[in-house]
Amino acid sequence: MGQVKVFGYWPSPYSRRVEIALKIKGVEYEYVEEDLQNKSRELLLYNPVHKKIPVLVHAGNPIAESFVVLEYIDETWKGNPLLPSDPYERAQARFWAKFFDDKLLPAVRSALYNASEGEEAQKVNEDAEEVLKTLEKEVKGKKFLGGNEIGFLDIVGIVAAYWMPTLQEAADNKRQVSSHM
Amino acid sequence: EKNMGGGEEVVVLDFWRSPYAMRVKVALEEKGVKYVTKEEDLGNKSPLLLEMNPVHKLTPVLIHNGNPISESLVILQYIDEVWPHSSPLLPSDPYLRSRVRFWGDFVDKKIYAAAKKLWPAKGEEQETAKREFIESLKLLEEELKDGPFFKGDKFGYVDVALVPLTSWFYALEMCGNFSIEAHCPKIIAWAKTCQQRESVAKSLPHPHKIYDYVLELKKRLGLE
Repeated sequence: MGQVKVFGYWPSPYSRRVEIALKIKGVEYEYVEEDLQNKSRELLLYNPVHKKIPVLVHAGNPIAESFVVLEYIDETWKGNPLLPSDPYERAQARFWAKFFDDKLLPAVRSALYNASEGEEAQKVNEDAEEVLKTLEKEVKGKKFLGGNEIGFLDIVGIVAAYWMPTLQEAADNKRQVSSHM
Repeated sequence: EKNMGGGEEVVVLDFWRSPYAMRVKVALEEKGVKYVTKEEDLGNKSPLLLEMNPVHKLTPVLIHNGNPISESLVILQYIDEVWPHSSPLLPSDPYLRSRVRFWGDFVDKKIYAAAKKLWPAKGEEQETAKREFIESLKLLEEELKDGPFFKGDKFGYVDVALVPLTSWFYALEMCGNFSIEAHCPKIIAWAKTCQQRESVAKSLPHPHKIYDYVLELKKRLGLE
């Protein structure tokens, strides 16, 4: 089917989600760890527009932007589908994935990393809690975010959830961010 | 049932100035799907909007047989999947689909984002937004080389994603004191080609109306 190569960066959740998807599909791939301070010529060649990881290269064709990559993976390797088959359910998964990236990750990252003191920290933590509460309403009662099978949203969310407690410890954040996860 | 193709109720929660809402209308028109619009006043949101999009409380929302879908690019893909037989918006090959999705994402992250910063800003902030806007548009312009549309001879996903913003071009040029055509003539030529499509002509307001709205908004926000 053509060789698969992933250009990634191990701390990046965007990079990890691509690897998880490939593993779920049982696809073998070659992994290239990028030094973001010194990006490889290949990475810049394959993603000239954004110059970012992750990039998936399949049979010489490069695909960038993690959600675009996940959809490509799902459409190319049919076993263990990541997205539901019903168009409405697919739309819901895509909506929540976007919410996750546009709202949740930045809010939580802000709360954990940038929180300085006082009012600013307060606001940032409130934003993160607000977002987490919204997501929690969605997760209630479900085994996985996508329903009963692990899927798209779980892949997107899993890395952040796994790392949340560690990041929280590292940031010495007393707010109960992880109690919502 | 959720995924039936025909004989059904299609409602768009709309906001006439919103380029995101225009995307949905253009797509439905292209597909020949009958729909009704409900104009929202974003300063006074309807209970229906709050119920159908509780997370963001924003337009557009597509309500298909009572089921709400939000986020314009998510809606476009939904429309393409539910009404696959007329005017496909995305190609069928996975790699080509990934290209189209990539550029759709680029249109949002770079071009729309810069445009949003451009019209209210002044001075150095505006110059930065202008630079970002023009540079991103120029990058995208290269994808028109097989033209007249972004996928070659077929009007599709990337065209639908970008074309609504063309109704804002005049306002952006007036606010930013620059000419888009001077930097990106192919984009302007493409916009004119799109304007000839009924789906686009029906769904986009006149650029002067957008400019009037922007002026009014700037006054209201004290941004003159």
